[in-house]
Amino acid sequence: MPGDRTCCLTLNDSEQEMFDHLDPTLLARIQFAFTVSFHILFPAFTIGLASWLAVVEWRWLRTGNPLYREIYRMWVKIFAVTFGMGVVSGVVLSYQFGTNWSVFSDRAGNILGPLLGYEVLTAFFLEASFLGVMLFGWQRVSPRMHFAATIIVAAGTLISAFWILSANSWMQTPRGFRIGADGLFYPTDWIDIIFNPSFPHRFAHMTIAAYLTTAFVVGGVGAFYLLRKQFVRHARIMFGMAMLMAVFVAPTQLLVGDMHGLNTLEHQPVKVSAMEGLWDTQRGAPLVLFGWPDENAEETRYAIELPKMSSLILTHSLDGEVKGLKDWPREERPPVLWVFWSFRIMVGLGMLMILTGLFATVLHFKKRLFETRWFQIWCMALTPSGFIAVLAGWFVTEIGRQPYIVSNVMRTSEAVSPVGGIQVGLSLLAFVAVYLLVFGAGVYYIIGLIRKGPEVQTSAESDDRGAGRPALVGRLASE
Amino acid sequence: MFNLETFVDLPLVWYGLIASAIFLYVLLDGFDLGIGILFPFAPSDKCRDRMMGSVAPFWDGNETWLVLGGGGLFAAFPLAYAILMPAFYMPVIIMLLGLILRGVSFEFRFKAHGPSRRLWDHTFHFGSLAATFAQGTILGGFVQGVSVQGRAFSGEPLAWLSAFSVMTGLALVFGYALLGAAWLIMKTEDITQDWARRCAVYLIGYVAFFMVLVSIGMPIMNPQIRALWFSLPNFFYLQIMPLSCVVLLILLWRDLHRNHENRPFFLVQGVFLMNYIGLGVSMWPWLVPFEVTFRQAAAAPESQSLLIVGTVILLPVILGYTAYCYYIFRGKSSHDIHY
Repeated sequence: MPGDRTCCLTLNDSEQEMFDHLDPTLLARIQFAFTVSFHILFPAFTIGLASWLAVVEWRWLRTGNPLYREIYRMWVKIFAVTFGMGVVSGVVLSYQFGTNWSVFSDRAGNILGPLLGYEVLTAFFLEASFLGVMLFGWQRVSPRMHFAATIIVAAGTLISAFWILSANSWMQTPRGFRIGADGLFYPTDWIDIIFNPSFPHRFAHMTIAAYLTTAFVVGGVGAFYLLRKQFVRHARIMFGMAMLMAVFVAPTQLLVGDMHGLNTLEHQPVKVSAMEGLWDTQRGAPLVLFGWPDENAEETRYAIELPKMSSLILTHSLDGEVKGLKDWPREERPPVLWVFWSFRIMVGLGMLMILTGLFATVLHFKKRLFETRWFQIWCMALTPSGFIAVLAGWFVTEIGRQPYIVSNVMRTSEAVSPVGGIQVGLSLLAFVAVYLLVFGAGVYYIIGLIRKGPEVQTSAESDDRGAGRPALVGRLASE
Repeated sequence: MFNLETFVDLPLVWYGLIASAIFLYVLLDGFDLGIGILFPFAPSDKCRDRMMGSVAPFWDGNETWLVLGGGGLFAAFPLAYAILMPAFYMPVIIMLLGLILRGVSFEFRFKAHGPSRRLWDHTFHFGSLAATFAQGTILGGFVQGVSVQGRAFSGEPLAWLSAFSVMTGLALVFGYALLGAAWLIMKTEDITQDWARRCAVYLIGYVAFFMVLVSIGMPIMNPQIRALWFSLPNFFYLQIMPLSCVVLLILLWRDLHRNHENRPFFLVQGVFLMNYIGLGVSMWPWLVPFEVTFRQAAAAPESQSLLIVGTVILLPVILGYTAYCYYIFRGKSSHDIHY
């Protein structure tokens, strides 16, 4: 009977209603979004950092300049913490496909399983094993072998990105498969599967994004030291290298991003319409800079627009036709508000990165690159820009793919495991609690490492002298 | 399409590969987790430093075998993966959370000073303990069987939880602890090593006890297993396994009292191997007991073919450079393992 509390374990009607509203699908989506969002932050940083460490170690071995070694020793600690967090959050994802998306795993396993299997075999073991040498092997292997270990770890991060982006891209633009009578997906052409239409663009875009993320962290830290006039010699190297990335790589990302957008227009046009916030198919479509897409009213409110610019960007013609969201039935459209605003955040930050490169170029020619206070503060403010941009970009691409988990083939709502709402609710709470604790602590320790700075072992004189470098190399290498 | 079906019994080979990957995980991460389990019982903080230091270069690579086991299951037997993961939802989540806490403890404990170090001592221990116990309960639930309807798990959320699975959870805790102790005997010296020896001697009794419980329990619970193990002539062949376990444990006992440093670790691995084979024999040919065989759960032959080519080439390479990395860090683990 309602309200009858004869036993504490029975639920009354309103309690039952509350539990019935714990939609397992929604909870599973939130849990996956939460865990994958946390996870992406780590490789977004470690992919770039591993490659940068390889460059720094190369410079150390080439020039013998102890600054490089000190920079390496400082950042490898930060790398270790971040990489560890990336690994443990990644393991969660590899099991979450099964725990919460078991129908997807069953149906798409034939396709995605081998791709993820290759990621483990070609990348994970490589990174994990040689990371140990990188961190602890200084005294046990030659400097050459240690350098090789750094390069191997950097290669491992890129190989890993290759496979996972191939798998994710297949979910966006599925090719090379057929659907069996049992509803399962079967591979028909592995080249088409792995090198599906969106893969090259997304691989390039994400890799560059990772490098830029690292660049702006290193640049921000360099700016921090310059501002406080600490570790100035190290900071000049860090800041200088970061600015090179801002000058050359940020604009490149704009081009790659544009190509990626055009590729998406071809294969997932509804996602682009959502990104643009365009509801009506039209020629000479305006670029909506800001606004509030209203899905019920099917319009974008308070729009601030640049006339004809959307057509120009998307079709390379001022009067080209761009499709609007109303061209698709409601149940085929992604959540527009999320996609629209995430896209703007990502592009906005990208613009700021390019602007940073412009400022850096101007200041460099004025010979004031390392002395300009406001620019140092600007760069410090942009330290997290890569992380936010990467997250925003992933929101665009993944939310923009909804309601599908495999574009136009399988809906996310069909993919969920038969696990009850209470269980998913509990696991979600547990993940939130543990992730906040663990990754909060990680950020705390990384900030501590940054404040501590590089361990300076050489005095200014011996560093400037330059001569006697071989002795320096010999002494420091044998530590 | 590329398909090796006609040349190789793909599902069978993959069954062996996944079983091997899981076994390698158990051996390698077993001692990592075992060290975490033993952590609070160490005589001093310095001992704890050395314990952690002895596995710090290896834990990441060791844990990767778990990703290979799970990922490999997904790749080669997606139906089994899709049924088993929801079936063991809570223990899998607990295992993952435990592994997170364990993993970050390595990095954070190095960085922390003063009282916050104690926090990471605790997360290292309880993370390892939770992950181990969860794995053991999954094992216990697995051998008792999983309800399936069509292509999905159809049982209750707490189906994995039973007296037997709690017992196997405990069994694995003691088993990994023994592996960890044996590793420490090999890789540490002085106080730490002496203490590890004393732990190992103490643990042998428990491990033997749990092995007996499992060996009795499984035939009692399952008539097919009973028939398999106790019919003639099977009985004579299969008893080799429990008998070798007894021999290995006796050798271990003697080694511990005779200051052997390296052999104990390999003897414990031998015990694990015998138990694992026994389990495999009992569970053959099920991948989702007792509803789905490995053949029924197998991925498309094209998929199994694609991955096996890479695996055959890459697994020896992986084993090679893994061995190389262990070789680089050979000998006693140094006091100051930091970066």
